[in-house]
Amino acid sequence: MSAPVGPVITITDLRVAIAGTQILRGIDLSLTSGRIQGLAGESGSGKTMTGLAVLGLLPPRSTVSGSIDLTGTDLVGLTPKQMNLIRGRRVSMVFQDPSTSLHPMLSVGAQLTDHIRYHLKVSRTQARGRAIAMLASVRIPEPEAAMKRFPHQFSGGQRQRIAIAIALACEPAILIADEPTTALDVTVQAGVLRLLRALADDMGLAVLLITHDLGVMSAIADDVAVMRAGLIVEAGPRGDVLVTPAHDYTRSLLASLPGATGGVSSLEDIRALAEPTDAIGGAR
Amino acid sequence: MTQATAPAELPIESLVRRRRWLRLPPAWRTPLAVIGATIALAWVIIALVGPLIWPYNPLTQSAHLLQAPSAVHWFGTDELGRDVFSRVLAGARVTIPLALLLVIMSMLVGASLGAIAGFFGRWVDETIMRITDLVMAFPTVILAMVVAAALGPSLFNAVLAALIVSWPGYCRVTRGLVLALRNADYVLANRLLGYGPWRSLRLDVLPNVVGPVLVLASLDIGTAALLLSGLSFLGLGAKPPTAEWGSMISDAVQNFSDWWLGVFPGLAIVTLVMAFNFLGDTLRDALDPRTASIVGKAEQV
Amino acid sequence: MRRSSRHQPGTAAPSREDAAAPAGLPPVGAGEVIATAAVPTDGAKVRSSHPLARYLRRRLGVSVLLLIGVTLVTFLLTNLVPSNPAVANLGQQAGSDPKVVAAFNAKYGLNRPLPVQYVIYLKNLLHGDLGTSLLTHQPVLSDLGTAIPATMELALGAIVLSTLIGVSFGVFSAIRRGRAVDQGLRVISLIGISVPTFWLALLSYYIFYYKLNIAPGSGRLSPTMTPPPHVTGLYTVDALLAGQWSTFADAAAHLMLPTLVLTAYTVGLLTRFTRSAILEVLDQDFVRAARAKGLPSRIVLRRYVLRAALVPILTLIGLAFGSLLSGTVLVESVFAWPGIGAYAYQAASHLDLPGIMGVGLFVGIVFLAVNFIVDLLYGVIDPRVRVS
Repeated sequence: MSAPVGPVITITDLRVAIAGTQILRGIDLSLTSGRIQGLAGESGSGKTMTGLAVLGLLPPRSTVSGSIDLTGTDLVGLTPKQMNLIRGRRVSMVFQDPSTSLHPMLSVGAQLTDHIRYHLKVSRTQARGRAIAMLASVRIPEPEAAMKRFPHQFSGGQRQRIAIAIALACEPAILIADEPTTALDVTVQAGVLRLLRALADDMGLAVLLITHDLGVMSAIADDVAVMRAGLIVEAGPRGDVLVTPAHDYTRSLLASLPGATGGVSSLEDIRALAEPTDAIGGAR
Repeated sequence: MTQATAPAELPIESLVRRRRWLRLPPAWRTPLAVIGATIALAWVIIALVGPLIWPYNPLTQSAHLLQAPSAVHWFGTDELGRDVFSRVLAGARVTIPLALLLVIMSMLVGASLGAIAGFFGRWVDETIMRITDLVMAFPTVILAMVVAAALGPSLFNAVLAALIVSWPGYCRVTRGLVLALRNADYVLANRLLGYGPWRSLRLDVLPNVVGPVLVLASLDIGTAALLLSGLSFLGLGAKPPTAEWGSMISDAVQNFSDWWLGVFPGLAIVTLVMAFNFLGDTLRDALDPRTASIVGKAEQV
Repeated sequence: MRRSSRHQPGTAAPSREDAAAPAGLPPVGAGEVIATAAVPTDGAKVRSSHPLARYLRRRLGVSVLLLIGVTLVTFLLTNLVPSNPAVANLGQQAGSDPKVVAAFNAKYGLNRPLPVQYVIYLKNLLHGDLGTSLLTHQPVLSDLGTAIPATMELALGAIVLSTLIGVSFGVFSAIRRGRAVDQGLRVISLIGISVPTFWLALLSYYIFYYKLNIAPGSGRLSPTMTPPPHVTGLYTVDALLAGQWSTFADAAAHLMLPTLVLTAYTVGLLTRFTRSAILEVLDQDFVRAARAKGLPSRIVLRRYVLRAALVPILTLIGLAFGSLLSGTVLVESVFAWPGIGAYAYQAASHLDLPGIMGVGLFVGIVFLAVNFIVDLLYGVIDPRVRVS
């Protein structure tokens, strides 16, 4: 799959209000293929809403203004029918808790193939083959047998991988990962993060990694943007933002990591402080 | 009275309301709540005031049998010449107190057993739950009918039968709530500090259970009234000559062409039950949605 | 311990606390059990059966236990509760004849210890002896036999109609939440459950038959018609089978009003609770995830929302059926419909204890069976339930 050069999606001055309350106050962000853009912030900062806004999945009674440019198409203002063609096909999302984001009563195979058939209009056999290949690429053992099983028969980490497989089944160019490892055991997080990094490197996937966990951020993000109260207060390459933050808020976030009294001076410090995730390549 | 979807934590704020009698919280100012409250209040006043507003004595028979509504008898007269209007008003004095009594007793019995079952667990829980299962194995009215018949027809026995049929609902809900709360941090902390089980139950768990249970009870008043009047309709409740809406409708079946005999008592039931249902529904909506979902699956027949 | 499964209302396999609850259904929460399908761990000792079959066997066991419980309840109410069981079961006249009373006591072992009494009661039951009706002086069993098909004809029509209307209204109300349609339906269903069924029966009979002459009179057939040859006992079906069109039309016409009355209350019930069930599912993550895949709303609704809500909705339908059976008691007598409801009504108002108990037992058993079928369907629909 040839990766386009330059940003695949550019968000300009995105403002979102939900039932009168302003949630996003003008977000500027862009995603480039092969790079993982981190979006950090505390809960309530609006980071999840940013992801949902791209996909048009905001709650009812929301108003959106600004532009979300997807290689020429502005996603703001598209009708739901038009958005359906984008969702899952050009932009996909992985949610936080795979035990609730996968339907408990549908087999893994069914959840993998229904949108493949809808978007790509292929036959059942072709869709099935594609699904099995996806499961293999996210390292689910015995993918053929797994197709018939149900989500509750897999472990948490496996479920999240399945969710990622579902998200990528139609080969979107962009993946939005909302707290992808937060609901997982620490020991399992590294594997999923490694997978995301590999997908970005090998498939040229543009990833928006939304998380409050700076350790996760430092492990695989290329660029980091810090959000607070609906605005991005600082953005830049990972090394710059996390090691030499320019904004007070970023500093206070870093300082609030356990054991950070001495301050952080390098990426290794962050990794040591937060969850023990492995160092994963891709740093620039 | 069903469902035991226990929430992870209970929103205490929404359960503890400071009393502000004159100003209703916004959620209550819906047309439904206002209508419900007005009608319910009207009926309660009618019941309280009682004989003072009855134009005739509900029990006095006369020679004017089966007269259609007129200026003299607003709702007409029945097959024994009694004034239907007075009897309808008098019916409130039977139905409202008994429905309230039924709900309060079911709540007390059911919630206590449910709390005990949920809190103490093991065989206590098992036993109580099996009994609950057994009672709920029958449709409500059928079981109430069967029990009332076995006990013998009287208003007291009807209430007893209805009680036997109604307590399991509260039991289930309370048990679910208690189970969820039992493992809450503050409860465990207090146990470590030396609270005995009963004290823990009383001081830590029950206050948070009271709220949803009360809402369930309020939703239930209408159902209680329907059940009691249903039993009376079947002849298992109020005995003649007591003026009770259900038995009045039962008599009306024999003379169905004299429409005023059945229409007015029925309208009384409908308006009363509707009022309490509107109120209860609004109350449930005004709660935190998590609590509301537990309380949701309330009614049966 | 009951745990996480309860935190996913609408998606969790509810242990159906609402009805004849499966006594010990272990909750299956996400993460609580990670079991693969029955994989043979050792070639020789293969797990004997499919998890579904095991689940069914368990449910069957529970149902049987409940069945015994039901007979226990009716036993207690028949022999223990009444102050004078002999009089209660034999009637005033016979009850004052000491010889008859003695024979009664001997037959039911009323002088023996309780457990023995219960066993005797069970034995009698199994032989089809439910006592003799004080009203008809026939064995209760045969009375029920003639009455049951009449009620089934009503109940089946009513449950199908109520389900179709109630569930559709509920779904519609939920997806149009907050808008005028939703508000309107909510108020209507609230009023619907406030109306006493027996009153509605009387009122509609008066209006539609007496005043407007749209509906036919009481009973299952007009006085001039004869019943079709007996195959199922359902007049409409039997008439169709025999090709008697006019009989069919007449029977169907008589069926309409009672069915509509029974439907009215049940529709209100189903609308309200289907709405809640769907709303709970709509809030779930997997619905959002399905939309994020780009699937159009109608597919999301059918495949993701309805399927998850099917479990609580099935529970509701089971409950509604129970409510319907209760309703027949209140409604049949008004329409002179010779079903078990009317039988129960007569029995109740004349204190025919054997008759009442017979109805109670029958309805209890039917309700149990309905709930067992609902349990079965759970196992089919929700794979998490099958894992023990």
